[in-house]
Parts: sequence; structure tokens; C-alpha cells
Amino acid sequence: MQLKNRPKISTALAIASCSLLGHSAQVQAGEEALDDWKVDAAIMYYGEEDRVQAVEAIGNVQKAFGDESLLDMKLVVDSLTGASASGAVAQAETQTFTRPSGDGQYQTAPGETPLDDTFHDTRVQASANWAEILSPVWKTNVGVNGSKEFDYFSLGLNAGVERSFNKDNTTLVLSGAYTLDNVDPVGGRPVALSSMVLRGDYDTEEEYRAAFDQTRMEGSEDKKTMDMMLSVTQVLSRRWLFQANYGLSSVSGYMTDPYKILSQVDDTGTTQGYLYENRPDSRLKHSFYMMTKGALDAGVVDFSYRYTTDDWDLNSHTLETHYRYYFSGRFYGQVHLRYYQQQAANFYRPFLMTGEPLPEYASADYRIGDMTSYTLGLKFGQRLSGGHEMSYRLEYYQQNPENNGFDLVGQLQDHDLFPEVKAIIAQVSYSF
Amino acid sequence: MNRTIISIVIAISLSACSSLGVEPWEKDQLARADMALDSEKLDLALDDHIYFSKEGSSGGRSLAGGGCGCN
Repeated sequence: MQLKNRPKISTALAIASCSLLGHSAQVQAGEEALDDWKVDAAIMYYGEEDRVQAVEAIGNVQKAFGDESLLDMKLVVDSLTGASASGAVAQAETQTFTRPSGDGQYQTAPGETPLDDTFHDTRVQASANWAEILSPVWKTNVGVNGSKEFDYFSLGLNAGVERSFNKDNTTLVLSGAYTLDNVDPVGGRPVALSSMVLRGDYDTEEEYRAAFDQTRMEGSEDKKTMDMMLSVTQVLSRRWLFQANYGLSSVSGYMTDPYKILSQVDDTGTTQGYLYENRPDSRLKHSFYMMTKGALDAGVVDFSYRYTTDDWDLNSHTLETHYRYYFSGRFYGQVHLRYYQQQAANFYRPFLMTGEPLPEYASADYRIGDMTSYTLGLKFGQRLSGGHEMSYRLEYYQQNPENNGFDLVGQLQDHDLFPEVKAIIAQVSYSF
Repeated sequence: MNRTIISIVIAISLSACSSLGVEPWEKDQLARADMALDSEKLDLALDDHIYFSKEGSSGGRSLAGGGCGCN
């Protein structure tokens, strides 16, 4: 097939430069045929011990049009079930909670971390991206993406421009994106820091429903995200390249998690009630990312470091590496290590105290609290005939939430308020 | 003042870049498919989704975007 449409030297060089910009498919296309399709597909299972289980299927199709244009389309379907931490603290007594919809209740056993088990959703996400080589040194791309789940809708546009310098050894990329999300939570949006009402406190269903409705707001709410990223990729030597990115993200709108609550406890650490959380409606985030990647004789290795900071004071450090070793021309093994550490958002608190004035913003969601996490992964890949490739990945992910300095009063000292979350990730991928 | 310093740093960085790099015919290793920045794009996309959903920060490697209300 490749003999039919043998690329010219200039085309081959353009394609080679594209690979440095991060488009492996074009190299692939150069090796096979310029008008070939490239398909990558994977199915992944993510399972937490006693909590969320997810299955995610992803398919990516690339189609080159001539040697200057590339269409990239992606479809993701995922399904989530299981329980997620509600934000309430463990207690010595059985705890009863109203479901987010207001229909029914669920209970948490003494000593257990309250988990909302009503969590299940299916998400479909689709995206399309068009990349165009404008000249030997200029390249551009535009894209659109959308995703839909039961209580959430998102639509985004993105565009980027790339300029290479210095014999294609240096590449500057400037890209931007605008995303509009719409949240329409089950049971409506909770009134900020309003108290959860319980059916048992009311004589009739009507009285209960009227009280529940008082804690809810009608209609959906938007969230707008503007992203900008400046990226520099530099060839260091025949085998090593380096990338540095700066990202700026401005988010405005509804960022509260409508399903998260905080326990309000007295001096003995005993829960007196539950309040729906409230987060600020703006967030300005900065990210700094550095990565180096090396082509070894019998493998590939990369190391990266990321620092993020934002005006919620949530700062994080991430160290990550992948090391691949080719046992033969057709078979490789790969190790993945990741370490992540974050410092809590300034409005994070594991619980609220009765008698103290309510803060404007508060969340007990451990995901924005102090936390470290790590990932250990193994992957094996096999090249099959005809350029096909099959790979298998198995990873272990553990989160260790930590107390960011709150005094645990009374019975709270007897419970694990910051339990570890352990998850397994298993994935099978196929490319052709 | 800060702008001046940043401009100088960028200028020095770019001029330093011009002395780095290799000739086009020396890019055989860098042109390997496994050396592309997105050579494992599905793994990276799936990882980004997991960490975006489970941690308080996201993005950095590429545009973070929105588009998920997942826990």
C-alpha cells in the first residue's frame, strides 16, 4: 500500500517535525499511506474498595487528508456506580441521611464513613479536532467537544497555533479553550449551607416535602471555563527532548458539589445536623509543567513535574515517570509511577462546630483537602502483524487524605475521619 | 520591573534554545512513534479523567477544560 503514494522528502520532513509536536499518527501515516485511518480503542475498569466502580470505553479515530490535514475524533462512554464519601463524619451512632433527590433515606453504620450510595451515572463524550499544516513552520488546530451525563452538560471549543524555530528543534504552541458547563442536579441545587431535612422530623409527607423544597433552588446553573496554555518543546539531543508548559485557567459559575454535605458537631464531637456545602463561584488556576523524554536503545523513559496553584489556595505537586523496555521488537513492558501531594483549599474543613458563626464557603470534600496519593502501574504491549498493537495495563492508586490542622473534638478522635481510598485500574487497548 | 525580568528570561531562554538541537537528519530516534508526546494518548486521556475526578487540581500537560461533573 505504501508504494502507491510514496511521500516526497519535503513531506517526510514535515511529517517528522509533526511527530515532535506530538502527532504520532502522522508518522504512522507516513510509514503506511497518507490517506490511512488510524484507530485506537480501549476499555478501562476503575474500581475503589467499597466505593465507586467505573467502566470507561474510549475510541479515537484519525484520518489524514493529504499530507497537511488531520481529523481526529474521539468518543468516550463511561458508566459509574457505587458510593462516594458525602463529606459527613463518622459517628458512634447510626446516622440517617436524606437522599439528594429528597426521595428516601440511607443509613450509615456506627464508626463507618458516610457514603452516598445513590451515585450512578452514564456519560457520553465526543470530540473532534482538525489540525492543519499551514507552512513548514506554522501549524494550527481547532476543535470542539461535548459531554452529557444525567445532571451535567458540557460544550467546549478549542484552538491552537504552533510555530517551529531553529530547524524544528524548538516549538512554541499557544492554545486556548472555552468550555460552558451546565449543572442540573438531581433534586435541585441545595441552598448554600442549608440544613438537611429528615423525613423522621415531620408528621406528614407534605410537611416534609415543603421543608425539603425550602432547601432547594429551581433551575440549572452554568459554569464557564477559559483556558490558555503556552508550551515550549525543545530538542536537547538526538535522544532527548524537553517540554515546559504554563497553563492559566479561569473558572466562573457553579462549582459547588450539590451532593456534598458537612456535619455540624457539638463540643463532644456528636453530630447535630448536616449542611449542604458551598464553594466560591470563581477560581483562577495556574499550572507549571515540565517533562523530559528520552529514546533509549531498548526503550523510552519520561519524567515530569507539575506544580499547580490557585486562588482557593489549593496547591499541588505531581511527580510522574514512565519507563518502557522492549523485551523484543514485538513485546514491551512498562512501569508507571506517580506521586501527588496537595494542600487543602482555604474553605475546606472536615466538619463545622455548632455555636460558631457559619463561614461563607465550606466544603468537607476530601478531594480538596490535604492529601497525598500515589500510583503504581504495569503495562505490557504486543505488536501484532499489520501494524496492530494490543496492550494491557494494571495499576494501583491510593489516596491518603490528611487532617489540615483541625482539632478533633470528643468522639471524633475515636473515628478515622480521613480514610484511605484504594483503587485498581485495569485496561485493555487495541490499535490498528 | 517584573515584565522586564520576564522578557529577559524569555529572550535568554529562546537564544539558549537556538544553540540546542540537532540537524534534521539526526532525528531518527526522536521521530520514533514511541517518542511522540502523545504516543499513549488514550492512557493519558483516561488518567487525566481519573485524576481530574479524584483530586483537587488538574491540567498542566494539556488544556484542562471542563466537561465533567463526576465524583
